[in-house]
Amino acid sequence: MRDTFVKTLIGLAKENKNIELVTGDLGFGVLKPYWEQCPNQFTNAGIAEQNMTSVAAGMAMEGKTVFTYSIGNFPTLRCLEQIRNDCAYHKANVKVVCVGGGFVYGSLGMSHQATEDLAILRALPDVVVMAPADLVEAEECTKVLAKTKGTAYLRLGRGGEKRIHNKIENFEIGKAIKVHDGKDIAIFSTGAIFEEVTAAYDKLQKIGYNPIIYTFPTVKPIDKETIEFVSRETDLIVTVEEHNIIGGFGSAVAEVMAEMRFKRARLLRIGLNDEYSIRVGNQHYLRQQYGMDSTSIVNMILKFVNI
Amino acid sequence: MKKLTSEQLAWLIRRHGVEMTHLSGGSHIGAIMSVADIIAMLYSNVLNYKSDNPKWNGRDRFILSKGHAGASIYAALAESGFFPVEELKTHYANGSRLSGHVSHHLPGVDFSTGSLGHGLSAACGMAYAAKKDGLTDHRVFVVLGDGECNEGAVWEAALFANHFRLNNLIAIVDHNRMQSLDFNENTFELEDFANKWNAFGWNVIEINGHDHKELKEAFNKSKEYGNIVPHKPTVIIADTIKGYGISFMENDILWHYRFPHDGWEYDCSVNELHQSMPRGIVDPYTPNGIPNPKMPTKTDDIGNDHTFSKTWNTTYPEKMRRVEAKPGSREFVHNTSL
Repeated sequence: MRDTFVKTLIGLAKENKNIELVTGDLGFGVLKPYWEQCPNQFTNAGIAEQNMTSVAAGMAMEGKTVFTYSIGNFPTLRCLEQIRNDCAYHKANVKVVCVGGGFVYGSLGMSHQATEDLAILRALPDVVVMAPADLVEAEECTKVLAKTKGTAYLRLGRGGEKRIHNKIENFEIGKAIKVHDGKDIAIFSTGAIFEEVTAAYDKLQKIGYNPIIYTFPTVKPIDKETIEFVSRETDLIVTVEEHNIIGGFGSAVAEVMAEMRFKRARLLRIGLNDEYSIRVGNQHYLRQQYGMDSTSIVNMILKFVNI
Repeated sequence: MKKLTSEQLAWLIRRHGVEMTHLSGGSHIGAIMSVADIIAMLYSNVLNYKSDNPKWNGRDRFILSKGHAGASIYAALAESGFFPVEELKTHYANGSRLSGHVSHHLPGVDFSTGSLGHGLSAACGMAYAAKKDGLTDHRVFVVLGDGECNEGAVWEAALFANHFRLNNLIAIVDHNRMQSLDFNENTFELEDFANKWNAFGWNVIEINGHDHKELKEAFNKSKEYGNIVPHKPTVIIADTIKGYGISFMENDILWHYRFPHDGWEYDCSVNELHQSMPRGIVDPYTPNGIPNPKMPTKTDDIGNDHTFSKTWNTTYPEKMRRVEAKPGSREFVHNTSL
């Protein structure tokens, strides 16, 4: 996913000389094609994320479209106030890019796991929050953010994500994408956890369920229209995110559903159950341990439907 | 609009500062007084701007990183024609554009501040963008507080500015030696301050920040420094006194937060300013000063030490109090051997 981002950004940067990529001293091997091909639109701002983010805001005030790049919580929580005061408040054209949303850096430990970022960034006014599900969405998100003014947060997986969508027509900020039609149950997800949802879908199909599947590449602004529509048409909406259950994507869906007058669907939120990950293991292992791999998703849905 | 001299503008900034904090009950009069000469020099002699076209591309960029001294900028902008002087009275008021900390929703303000340690980085971004685009028609100026330099982000930015050779960036530190609760040196030892900047690769100019001749020379020198190789950024460390210009406020941390109340505090502030009023300007509030002013009595809180280290009797470290100064005076002793 990060390679797709870099490849897409190279294409955009060649066309638009105002695009700048600023890294917090990360991206070994990954950003090399960018700095080789767009040397004058690249900056290594060192291991200093607070400064990097305000510098980006200053550059944006002078007409640049600046992508700041780092991993885990470093481009977000480490410099949250710089995003709030210097970028968002000034509606500065800064796109904060995080590689490694969720458990990507599995065995590296808690410091490297971004599991509250969606909630925190979503709470900032004038910040668009995006988390692509696969390589196709990653490309579309990068393109749309480069041409949309203002501050945004782009949460990427790392590598190895699959291409799940074929082609997406009319990709827009704030629009969910229907992947499968079905009935009774709908599964909404955001970000790279979509691969677990895809596997869960196959398993559910085998035992006679036919859920509707949507991905939400945009967490903010949330696609209210789709949520409301599906809430009226189904019995159960399941949200899946590689993120704390509090404040993130599931909460955004819950907020919409809670304010509806008439709805059919109940809501089941799947995510990290308000804890830090203290176990050691790779991304897939941690998803299993914390109940968001495909088997856990299926089991939780079945348990919920049978209550 | 008649162009003001730096001395005239500095006086007006102080007079507006007293009025604005008096009317609003707002804080930070001490900082407004210490930074007034720096701001006045910038707006009267240094910055290139067009008050009728605040977003003019060729303007020098300016950020007040110590956003709490916002009233000084509001006064300078109003006196320089960005908006009516009359509006200054709305400082802090419901529905006003003049928040306590500087906001870019006001014409002439390039960047909002208020949280310390952001301004130098943002200024770096502006200067860096100009360098990348080969623009030499403007420079970027940023005023920092010395207490603000406790913030780690300031030193991240200091590294950045040197590394990227931002010779179009000029930082001015309002070195009034005080911060929220005490003197810098009783809080977080800053000295040897000039050598710290020097060690970070900056050109350093040290001056008396209340002396307009020295200020003027420093800004001229900053232009020369910008042209010498290697292309380093420049910092002007302007030695100032918190509360400068109103004797009972000087060196007294009380006036970081207290505003001039009705009675002797306001009357004496105004009348003391009137004693040093330059020719050719008019006090818009009290043209002749205040006749029959209320005077302080022996029980009023003048000349007392309000620093936290005065009453913080810790056992470790043994010598926390490295500065002794007499509040209400310019006396200041820094005991570096402690």
